[in-house]
Amino acid sequence: MLEGAVLTVEITSLSVFFGIIIGLFMGLGKLSKNLFFKVPATIYVDFIRGTPLFVQILLFYYGIPGLISTITESSFKVEAMVAAVVVCSINSGAYVAEIFRAGIQSIERGQMEAARSLGMTSYQAMRYIILPQAFKRIVPPLGNEFIVLLKDTSLLAVIGVQELTRKGQLYVAVTFASFPTYIGVALVYLVMTLTISRLVDWTERRLGVSDRRD
Amino acid sequence: MIVVTNLVKNFGSLEVLKGISESVKPKEVVCIIGPSGSGKSTFLRCLNLLETPTSGDITIDGKSITDPKNDINKIREEVGMVFQRFNLFPHMTTLQNITLAPMKVKGLSQKEAEERAHNLLIKVGLTDKAHVYPDSLSGGQQQRVAIARALAMYPKIMLFDEPTSSLDPEMVGEVLAVMKDLAGEGMTMVVVTHEMGFAREVGDRVLFIDEGIIVEQGTPAQIFSDAQNERTRAFLSKIL
Ligand SMILES: Nc1ncnc2c1ncn2[C@@H]1O[C@H](COP(=O)(O)OP(=O)(O)O)[C@@H](O)[C@H]1O
Ligand SMILES: [Mg+2]
Repeated sequence: MLEGAVLTVEITSLSVFFGIIIGLFMGLGKLSKNLFFKVPATIYVDFIRGTPLFVQILLFYYGIPGLISTITESSFKVEAMVAAVVVCSINSGAYVAEIFRAGIQSIERGQMEAARSLGMTSYQAMRYIILPQAFKRIVPPLGNEFIVLLKDTSLLAVIGVQELTRKGQLYVAVTFASFPTYIGVALVYLVMTLTISRLVDWTERRLGVSDRRD
Repeated sequence: MIVVTNLVKNFGSLEVLKGISESVKPKEVVCIIGPSGSGKSTFLRCLNLLETPTSGDITIDGKSITDPKNDINKIREEVGMVFQRFNLFPHMTTLQNITLAPMKVKGLSQKEAEERAHNLLIKVGLTDKAHVYPDSLSGGQQQRVAIARALAMYPKIMLFDEPTSSLDPEMVGEVLAVMKDLAGEGMTMVVVTHEMGFAREVGDRVLFIDEGIIVEQGTPAQIFSDAQNERTRAFLSKIL
């Protein structure tokens, strides 16, 4: 059971990490005036946010490898763990992209103008002026996304990833003790999500999110 | 130094600047007055390409800034801008606000940039505020930091867009005093302002803009005491 919880945390952390990287680029892509970046980023975000994670998991574990097998006339398979991290990263990337986009857009236009008027490139303005300010506002929703994702990794049980929920199912299959097992599993999730939300509160205070603004 | 030829700027179907031609000589201080919404800010913002002109040409020191071959960032280094709402970077101290662009854009070392910033803080009278954040400064102090920040790039031209309009009355003087010193040192300046005292005392020339065209221009004395155009007189009678 402990192993399951550890795996849940591992998958979530890896996915949040990749999700932030994907989300930053996709968020900037959505804000870009260049259609070459904007269109793919918008399609990606809409597709992921408009379809259930459960279906995305099935698609990545069965659907896409199946398609590749048919095309290449071989038997192509992905490991459940790999599919899990990939699908969760891609999923959280779309939500993180929206969080970044909203955070960046919440920064007054005058900040970008002041930076550009000093001769900074748009990259420099983003890097030194916009993102550091946006980041403070992004922390709370990002923490929230972290929590949502952690809970949603339970869906990975369907492809046999031995995370917390799957471990619970396997335990029940042997012991038939369904109530104690599932209430225990639920409590472990609760402890993990509460821990994250405390960490987010703490980070938020450290960054001084409540900075006075005019 | 600045030559504007037939500048037109549209926002969608709205024609904001309807063909402006004007030039500014080195060391000249040009003040722009006119009703709200007449296109003063848009005109100023075209001069450092914060707005892209729809048509027409602008040259600075003989270089066309509307020519896509020229590097916008290089041009902007030479044209400082001060905004009505200051637009200081709130996550940085006064000193960091001033040193950032010289370090990142001009490649100065931190030591060089801080030396430069220190001299500028002396000039704007804020040496004791180097290590505080903008939100603990008064409006007048913030605007003086904003001026120092723009000057730290050693620009050839300074643009001011209503630099005292969002200040409490008792702070207007300290900002105008800094601008007056700057003019005295020979800085080329274009200033959108309704501070008639400043325009009269420091300005070499006044432009009256209304509905996207320069309706009238002349020395401060000509404009304020002897305006020829009906619209200029009507505007002045409202604000004087
Ligand atoms: N980014 C913009 N998009 C659309 N309209 C704009 C924009 N900026 C300014 N305008 C319009 O252009 C006109 C002139 O604005 P502005 O140059 O700010 O006037 P002023 O500085 O003289 O008050 C106004 O009608 C304003 O609404
Ligand atoms: Mg204006």
